[in-house]
Amino acid sequence: MIKLNAGAPRAQLSDQWNTYKASCKLVNPNNKRKLDIIVVGTGLAGASAAATLGQLGYNVKSLCYQDTPRRAHSIAAQGGINAAKNYQNDGDNVFRLFYDTIKGGDYRARESNVYRLASISPEIIDLCVAQGVPFAREYGGMLANRSFGGTQVSRTFYARGQTGQQLLIGAYSALSRQIAEGNVKLYNRRDVLDIVIIDGKARGVIARNLVTGELERHSAHAVVLASGGYGNVFCLSTNAMGSNVTPVWSAYKKGALFANPCFTQIHPTCIPVHGEFQSKLTLMSESLRNDGRIWVPRESEDAEKLRQKKIRPEQIHETKRDYYLERRYPAFGNLVPRDVASRAAKERCDAGYGVGTSGRAVFLDFSDAINRLGIEAISARYGNLFQMYERIVDDNPYLTPMMIYPAVHYTMGGLWVDYELMTTVPGLYSIGECNFSDHGANRLGASALMQGLADGYFVLPYTISGYLSNEIHTPGIQTTLPEFHLAIQDVTDRLARLKNTNGKASVDHFHRKLGKIMWEYCGMSRNEAGLQKALGLIGELKEEFAADVRIPGGLKEYNPELEKAWRVKDFIELGDLMVRDALQRKESCGGHFREEFQTPDGEALRDDERFSFVAAWEYKGGAAEPEMHREELFFETVKPSQRSYK
Amino acid sequence: MIFTLKIWRQKNAVDKGGFVTYKVEDISPDSSFFEMLDHLNQLLIGRGEDPVAFDHDCREGICGTCSLYINGRPHGPLKGTTTCQLHMRAFRNGETIHVEPWRCGAFPVIKDLIVDRSAFDRIIQAGGYISVNSGGIPDANTIPVPKHDADTAFDAASCIGCGACVASCPNASAMLFVGAKVSHLALLPQGRVEAARRVQKMVSCMDELGFGNCSNSYACEAECPKEISVANIARMNREFLAARLFAEKEKEISFSL
Repeated sequence: MIKLNAGAPRAQLSDQWNTYKASCKLVNPNNKRKLDIIVVGTGLAGASAAATLGQLGYNVKSLCYQDTPRRAHSIAAQGGINAAKNYQNDGDNVFRLFYDTIKGGDYRARESNVYRLASISPEIIDLCVAQGVPFAREYGGMLANRSFGGTQVSRTFYARGQTGQQLLIGAYSALSRQIAEGNVKLYNRRDVLDIVIIDGKARGVIARNLVTGELERHSAHAVVLASGGYGNVFCLSTNAMGSNVTPVWSAYKKGALFANPCFTQIHPTCIPVHGEFQSKLTLMSESLRNDGRIWVPRESEDAEKLRQKKIRPEQIHETKRDYYLERRYPAFGNLVPRDVASRAAKERCDAGYGVGTSGRAVFLDFSDAINRLGIEAISARYGNLFQMYERIVDDNPYLTPMMIYPAVHYTMGGLWVDYELMTTVPGLYSIGECNFSDHGANRLGASALMQGLADGYFVLPYTISGYLSNEIHTPGIQTTLPEFHLAIQDVTDRLARLKNTNGKASVDHFHRKLGKIMWEYCGMSRNEAGLQKALGLIGELKEEFAADVRIPGGLKEYNPELEKAWRVKDFIELGDLMVRDALQRKESCGGHFREEFQTPDGEALRDDERFSFVAAWEYKGGAAEPEMHREELFFETVKPSQRSYK
Repeated sequence: MIFTLKIWRQKNAVDKGGFVTYKVEDISPDSSFFEMLDHLNQLLIGRGEDPVAFDHDCREGICGTCSLYINGRPHGPLKGTTTCQLHMRAFRNGETIHVEPWRCGAFPVIKDLIVDRSAFDRIIQAGGYISVNSGGIPDANTIPVPKHDADTAFDAASCIGCGACVASCPNASAMLFVGAKVSHLALLPQGRVEAARRVQKMVSCMDELGFGNCSNSYACEAECPKEISVANIARMNREFLAARLFAEKEKEISFSL
């Protein structure tokens, strides 16, 4: 059993980060120049980390699979970023943000990390504004805020419905400045396929140049993974097409523990699935729930007529509508956290009240808000979202209610990291969505952007210096070392094996199959029998893939099918681990709802006695079963209670 | 729906390339343009042919990865829409659709419909930022910004860097892209500090990379999926002129330091 110790400083919770900063080891500027750091990924976490480490004087190599860093999928985040600024004087402070995050995460996150995140949040806004991020403002010139699901204060900063884009442009600009100054070297259109470990420490990566197909060796004194989440294991998700688990999965196979893989977030407000050829799901920002009211018909006959398009939603009288979130959760109403809202939608659809042609949709209705505030006010708040909806669905949400359904959106699980954001492999760090640390079993809205930027701009630059201060005598790592040769050989062999399978089915065929298994058995609700079945199905799929995948094109050229194949191969293996994790967690918490564990009125039933821990999985080699280790969670400041939004 | 596709196929940067005709059937009008191309690629893979390479990622109109010149228009026929947000209901059943990559010397073709747009990154690296470090920043509300300015800056900042402006311009000018970035930062008080320096460096980088001068055709504004206004080009020209007029002065100051 590996002993997992987060290593937070011994101090009062509110003093821990200051204590850490005051005592952590630093690297002097002359030595920084001699130290190399690889950062994989250029989303909010990766770009902000690479920019800051470059600014500090380290030699940074930044890799991304996109054609330019500015396109990383953080860009798609719509709603906003939380910060405990209390600009609205509505009772917010660092402790409350910390408390909301711990509670929202259903008491499965680490107190020390979350408190640090909350305390850093105000600085993020200061920096972003200084970078020129055009946040929404009031007429007096001050920054505007809005409220978001799962909280009772307005602490969310936003830039229309494109907050992620604007924050990423800020981080990308900072990164561009460092590239221009020569502190960061950018490698775009690269897939990181393996992590190189030398004498137990992370010392480099093997990357495939996606344009030429050449394999490259990149070495460094430390490697930082910021490669995002693994939602695409479900095939249909709100992630970008290229979002993948590959760098994280390589790290797992090289000894880094993978924590809480079954904690995935199903976002309640997405555009429903329309058909078999669908390639991706589109999110409608959660901020819409501030003014939109969610309902389904009270009578199942009405639902049936709506499904057959015999009547329109506007024709259903107010008394015949079931505003089920307001009914079940009067205190929070439409603003309950994501996991609660998603499950409630599924419950209504399962009971036969779903709408849309498939019956897997509910209404999000703005008519009350439009009557109250006027079309212009609603358009100013959500104009671009309404436009996006109309483009995809061909329906005008100003006139008729939107239809929404939950979809996979974010993954709380990820590489296990300690207080310093280091994985169990020395010198290998994991930041942003690809680590597990801050959101427990459910992430609150507008907290992903906060975490990515906190990790990259303000946490990692301190914590990595402690490790690197012991590396100042290590000369630059040579890529001619045998470990690099072995890694290249291994990747070359695995690529050739994939390519030479010469089967009959395309990569997409397998990805869709995997997605269906995961969504059906390891999605919004899970049970023992279903998970056992999934385990078998994934095993079969893995064999089928190995025997029958067909990849056209060559190895040494631009070959998107080859890229996809490698990603899907990793997703299949990850699917197996997720199911195992969901099986062992015999409780319901956050996004993980086990049907066997619920209260009589259908709410999640946590089991703090037995499951107040982080499940961290260790890879044991090919056919062997992974081993689970535990990091016990201690709640010294917040006392866990049943989450109630009623 | 049924479509005839004439798609530009080009093995690599040195290959001459040409149109190849394909037919697709059973396409739902609710499919996106890329889902239609996915469908075509599945057919091609099934037949043992090389699938069509095209750039795409978020498929929700925000990352700027997708391109495609469809029936002679960047991002296809709809206003304010990226290719990934284009649905097949925008076309007539049985229509022949021409699909080409962006055509511009500064954006060389990598394969089929994919071009290299890293020239845009180099323009941003030349000065498309505010030089602040992540530390010691004053409280965000110490810099009040008039709402109108913040909104106008946002409109400019909503550029996704897709390159449609360049692809649509007879001169392959990048002035809408550069103008948008110059405007975004010049409109904000925190961006004024470096405004003169920024506009000069970005414009000279843009020239060096081989982008043409503004053609005054306004095709860029018409085709921009984010509907960025050509007023940003005017603002850039104004900023540039002012910066040139005061350039000497700045140099003198820097010498006296």
